[in-house]
Amino acid sequence: MLYIQCPWCGWRDESEFGYGGEAHIERPKDPDSVSDAEWADYLFFGSNTRGEFRERWVHSAGCRRWFNAVRDTTTYEFKAFYRMGEEPPGGEQ
Amino acid sequence: MSQTNRLQSGGRIDRSKPLTFTFNGQSLQGYEGDTLASALLANGISLVGRSFKLHRPRGIMGAGAECPNSLVQVGRGAGTIPNLRATQTELYQGLEANSVNCWPSVKFDVNAVTGLFSPLLPAGFYYKTFKWPKSWWDKVYEPRIRKAAGFGKAPTAPDPDRYEKKNRHCDVLVVGGGPAGIAAALEAGRRGARVILCDEQNEFGGSLLANRQFLDGKPGVEWAQEAVAELESLEEVTLLPRTTAFGHYHHGFVSLLERVTDHVGLTSPDRRPRQRQWRVRANQVVLATGAIERPLVFCNNDRPGIMPASAVSTYINRYGVRPGQRAVVFTNNDSAYQTALDLGDHGIDVAAIVDVRPASEEGVLVDRARKEEIPIYSGYAVVDTRGGQHVSGVKVMRLNGRGDGVYGEIHHFDCDLVASSGGWNPVIHLHSHPGGTMRYDESIASFVPDQAVGNTYNAGACNGNFALGGCITEGLSAGATAAAGAGFGSEDIEGAAPATGKQKESPLRPMWRVPSRKPISRAPKQFIDVQNDQTSADVYLAVREGYRSIEHIKRYTAMGFGTDQGKLGNINGAGIAAEALGEDIAKVGTTTFRPAYTPVTMGAFAGRDFGPERFHAVRKTPMHKWHVEHGALFENVGDWKRPWYYPKPGESMREALDRESYQARHAVGVLDASTLGKIDVRGPDAAEFLNRVYTSGWKTMEVGKARYGIMLGEDGMIMDDGVSARIAEDHYHMTTTTGGAARVLGHLEEYLQTEWPELQVYLTSTTDQWAAISLAGPHARDVVEKVVSGIDLSSEAFPFMTWRDGEAAGVPARVFRISFSGELGFEINVQANYGQYVWDAVWEAGQEYGITPYGTETMHILRAEKGFIIAGQDTDGSVNPMDFGMHGLLSKKKDFIGRRSLSRPDAIREDREQFVGLVTVDDPKEIIPEGAQLVEDRNANEAPKPVPLHGYVTSSYYSSTLGHSIALAMVKRGRERMDEVLYAPQADGRVIQCRITSPVFYDPKGERQNV
Repeated sequence: MLYIQCPWCGWRDESEFGYGGEAHIERPKDPDSVSDAEWADYLFFGSNTRGEFRERWVHSAGCRRWFNAVRDTTTYEFKAFYRMGEEPPGGEQ
Repeated sequence: MSQTNRLQSGGRIDRSKPLTFTFNGQSLQGYEGDTLASALLANGISLVGRSFKLHRPRGIMGAGAECPNSLVQVGRGAGTIPNLRATQTELYQGLEANSVNCWPSVKFDVNAVTGLFSPLLPAGFYYKTFKWPKSWWDKVYEPRIRKAAGFGKAPTAPDPDRYEKKNRHCDVLVVGGGPAGIAAALEAGRRGARVILCDEQNEFGGSLLANRQFLDGKPGVEWAQEAVAELESLEEVTLLPRTTAFGHYHHGFVSLLERVTDHVGLTSPDRRPRQRQWRVRANQVVLATGAIERPLVFCNNDRPGIMPASAVSTYINRYGVRPGQRAVVFTNNDSAYQTALDLGDHGIDVAAIVDVRPASEEGVLVDRARKEEIPIYSGYAVVDTRGGQHVSGVKVMRLNGRGDGVYGEIHHFDCDLVASSGGWNPVIHLHSHPGGTMRYDESIASFVPDQAVGNTYNAGACNGNFALGGCITEGLSAGATAAAGAGFGSEDIEGAAPATGKQKESPLRPMWRVPSRKPISRAPKQFIDVQNDQTSADVYLAVREGYRSIEHIKRYTAMGFGTDQGKLGNINGAGIAAEALGEDIAKVGTTTFRPAYTPVTMGAFAGRDFGPERFHAVRKTPMHKWHVEHGALFENVGDWKRPWYYPKPGESMREALDRESYQARHAVGVLDASTLGKIDVRGPDAAEFLNRVYTSGWKTMEVGKARYGIMLGEDGMIMDDGVSARIAEDHYHMTTTTGGAARVLGHLEEYLQTEWPELQVYLTSTTDQWAAISLAGPHARDVVEKVVSGIDLSSEAFPFMTWRDGEAAGVPARVFRISFSGELGFEINVQANYGQYVWDAVWEAGQEYGITPYGTETMHILRAEKGFIIAGQDTDGSVNPMDFGMHGLLSKKKDFIGRRSLSRPDAIREDREQFVGLVTVDDPKEIIPEGAQLVEDRNANEAPKPVPLHGYVTSSYYSSTLGHSIALAMVKRGRERMDEVLYAPQADGRVIQCRITSPVFYDPKGERQNV
C-alpha cells in the first residue's frame, strides 16, 4: 500500500485516496474546434510512461481535494506532490 | 518407554513441565519449549505423512518454516486447522495432531501404489493425460484427482476463534530476531527511535538458539537474552515474538502475523485473540531474515531420516533431541562439520563425513572433526540410499574431477540419519516482495540482495554474510543507518560489537545435483521438491520439451508449488535447470518471490470485519424500523437497505406487488425515498456549473421550479440522472440515483477542481440530512393536505415540477411536486431526525384513503409502465442519450460534459441499439428474463453459432395494471422496428416470442401526473 502526501492533510495511506490517471491533460477549451481524432486522443490515449509520471490523486476519504504527484512507475517512488494549478517540478515536459 | 530419543540434558526445553499430546491417536509426552516436530522426534517418530503425488513416506525434514514435509492436521471440529507445519507448531497440553494425505494410515497408504506407476507420472502428466475425452473433465478426472490429491481437511463449521488487526507506525521495523536483528534493534532503540522487532520464533536469538557459538566469552543465547532485556527496558521499543513478517510492500508497509494464543491451545482460555495481523508503516525497514540451508540432491534423498545438517544440529542443541543413532554427514562446505561435532559430542555415532570437495584442509571445523577421528571421505558422494519407511543406509562412491560422474567401489554405510548440506540460501523473500533486485554470489553459490527498494537494509545471513561477527557488525550498521534515516543520530555505529572468535573456512564446492551411476532419466529419483514429488529428471524433461524460463519450468513441473513454496528446493531447482539448459545459474535466476512468506489464516485478514453487519457498511433510513415492523423485505441498493416489498401474512410476492401497485394507481401509495442521493450546490456560478454538467439548459429555470436532467461522462455515455430544483438564484438541490450519489459527487468535484477552478461553486452531500417521503396516486393531494401547512396545494398554485417550502406536521418541510410513477405525486423532505415523526403523520392521515406502503419492486414496475429509465439498470455505460430518444434534452446552445463525443462516428452510427418496449406474443403472463438476448431466428438454439444478436432485455416485470408482462430492451434500430417480432432463446431450450412496442406502456400523454 502506497504512502501518499496530501498537500493539504499530510501523509496518509493509499486507502484514503482515489487515483485520477495522467495529470496535465487539459480539456479542450472549444471542443468543436478539434477533430474526431484529436478528441479521441484526449479521451482515450494516455502516455503510458515508464519512469517519472505526473498523475492525479484525490483525497477522497479525507479533504476531497484533487492534487498532482510525480511517481516513478517502475519503482513506485513518489518524487513530488503539488497542488492543482501549481507548476510541476522540473517545468514543462 | 517415553521420549526414547531425548538427550539427558541440554536444549531450551523445560524438563520440569511435561506436556501430553496425541499423534494419530497415540498418547505421547514432550516438554514445554518443544515444537510438535521435536516432541515427535524425541519419541522416535519421524514418519509423519505422505507426499502429494506419489504418496511416498515423508518424515520430519527441516526444523522451521522451510520444512516441506511435516504437515499435520491439528485439533478437531470447528477449530481444526489443516496443514500446520509440525516444525512451527509449539507443543501445548492436550494438542491433538493427525497425519494428512494418507489413507487408511500413515504407515500403510493405499495410494502408495501410485509410486509403482511413477514412471507414468512425469512432469506435465496432468496436462498430457487428462485431456480426453472432454466429457470426463468434470465428472471423472477432477473428482478423482481431488480425492487422491490435497492435504488436510477444511473445518466444516465457522471458525470459533477471534482475530484482530492493528495498525502501527514506527521509525525502524526490524524483521528477524537473530544476532543481526538484535544488533540493529539495539543500535536504533538506544537512540530513542520507535522500533518494532519481530521474530517468528517463540524466543529471540535466531541461530544462537541452535548453535554453541560464544559472544563476549559467554554462550550466544545469554548475550541475546541480555540484549532482549535491554530492549524491553526501552520505552519506544516493541518486541513481537511469535510474529512472522509475511509481506513487504511499497513505502515501508509490512504485514506481520502475530500468533497470540496458538501456543496455549486451540481455544484461548482468556479473552486474547488467536492471532493478530499488524499492518506496520515503517519509516525504515531492516531485514535480518537469516538463511536457509539447502540440502544436496541425490538419489532417493526423500526418505525419512534424511535432513539438512542444520536441522539436525537444531534438534540436538535447541530441543535436546537425538534425531538418530548413527549418522552420515554429506556436505560440500564446512558448516556441516559442526553438525558432525554436535552429533559426536552427544554420543551419536558418525559413520562418515562424505565431502564432495577433493580437499578441505583449511577449515577450523574440519580440523576438529579430524581430531575427533570422524572418518572423512573427501572427493566422495552419496549416490543412493536404502530404507523403507526410514533410511537404513547409504551408498558412497568416488566423484570425478568435474563433479559430473562417479566411479570406483561402492561403499555401504548403515545409518538411520543423513545430515546433508549443499550450502546456504539467504532468505531474500521480503527484500524481493516490493521489487528489490538480486544478484548471484559465487562465493556462497546463491542469490543475495542487490538493489533494495525504498529505505530497506539487509543485514547478516540474508545479505549473504554467514559469519557471526559479520552478522552483528552488519546489524549494528543497518540499525545506525536506519535510525539516522529516521532522524536519530548519524550513520556511525555507536554501540560496541561483542567479541567473536574468527573461524577459518574452506570455500564450498557448488553442487546442484549429485551424479548417479545411471543417466538421470533412469536413475532413482533425485527429489528437488519433496512435498510435490518433483525431481531433477522432471526439470530435465521440462527443458527437453522446450521450456527455457525458470518461471515456465516451475509451472510445468509444479516445483515449489507446495505450502512451503520451495524454500528448501527452489535454488537447487534453478541450479539444475541451469545445468539442463547449459546456462549460467546467474542468468537463469529464481522464480518471483511473492507474499505471503508463510501461509496466513483468512481469519487474520478478516479480523473482526466479517458477517453481514461488519464486513460492509450498512446504511438505513430514519424510517427503517417502521419498515421492519410492517413486514418489509429488504433489497440492497449500494450500501442502503431499501424496502423491497411489504408482503401481508400468507401473501405471495406477486400478490403483494399487485396490491401495492393497484393502491398506488387507484388510491395512494407511500415510498421511503430518503436514499436518493442529494447534493447541495451553492455559489454565484451554480447555474453556470449545472449548465455544464447537465445536457439540458438550466440558466433560465426560475427559483421554485425543478427539472429532470441527465449527466454524461466525457465519452458521451449516460452516467446518472435525477431531478434538481432551484432553491435560490445561487442555490440548487440536486438529486441523483441511490447507488450513484458518491460517484456523481466525485465527478462534479473533479471538474470543479481540475477543469474549472475559476467557477465559484460549493458542493455538499446532504443525502443523510434529508428524509424523503414520496406519495403517489389519485389521493396523494388529499393526504398531503391533511399533513402539510403553509403551501397552496392546488394544481394552479403548485404545478407539476415545482417545489414549495412549508411545514409538515409542524416541522419545516420542502415539498416537491414530482413523480416517478406517472401518478399525481408529492415528495415531502424534512430534516432526517423528524423523518419517522412525519412518516407517522402521513401514515395516519392516509388511512381513510387506503394508504399503502410500497417498495422498490413496485416502484420499478410503476416506472417501467411509464418507460422511465433507471440509470444503472437500463444503462450500462455504453449507451448515449440518443439511444434513448432523449434528443430534446440535448441543448444546442451550450457546451456540456460529453457533448463533443455525441458527434463521434460511433455515437451517430445508424445501427446502434435503441430503447424500446417488449411484450410477449404467446403467453401474456410470461416474464422475459432480464438480460435475455434477442435474435431474429426462431430456431437460434439449433442454428450454427454465432447467431446475429439484435438486442437484449434491460428490465422486465409483470404489470397487473396492464394485465400482461412488460419489458424494456435495447434493440438495433429499435425505434424503426415497431411491431416486429424477435425471439429470446432460453438456456432450457424454450424460445420466447416478443413484439417490439413503445417503451411507454401506460398513460402515454402523461395526463395522470398533471392533475
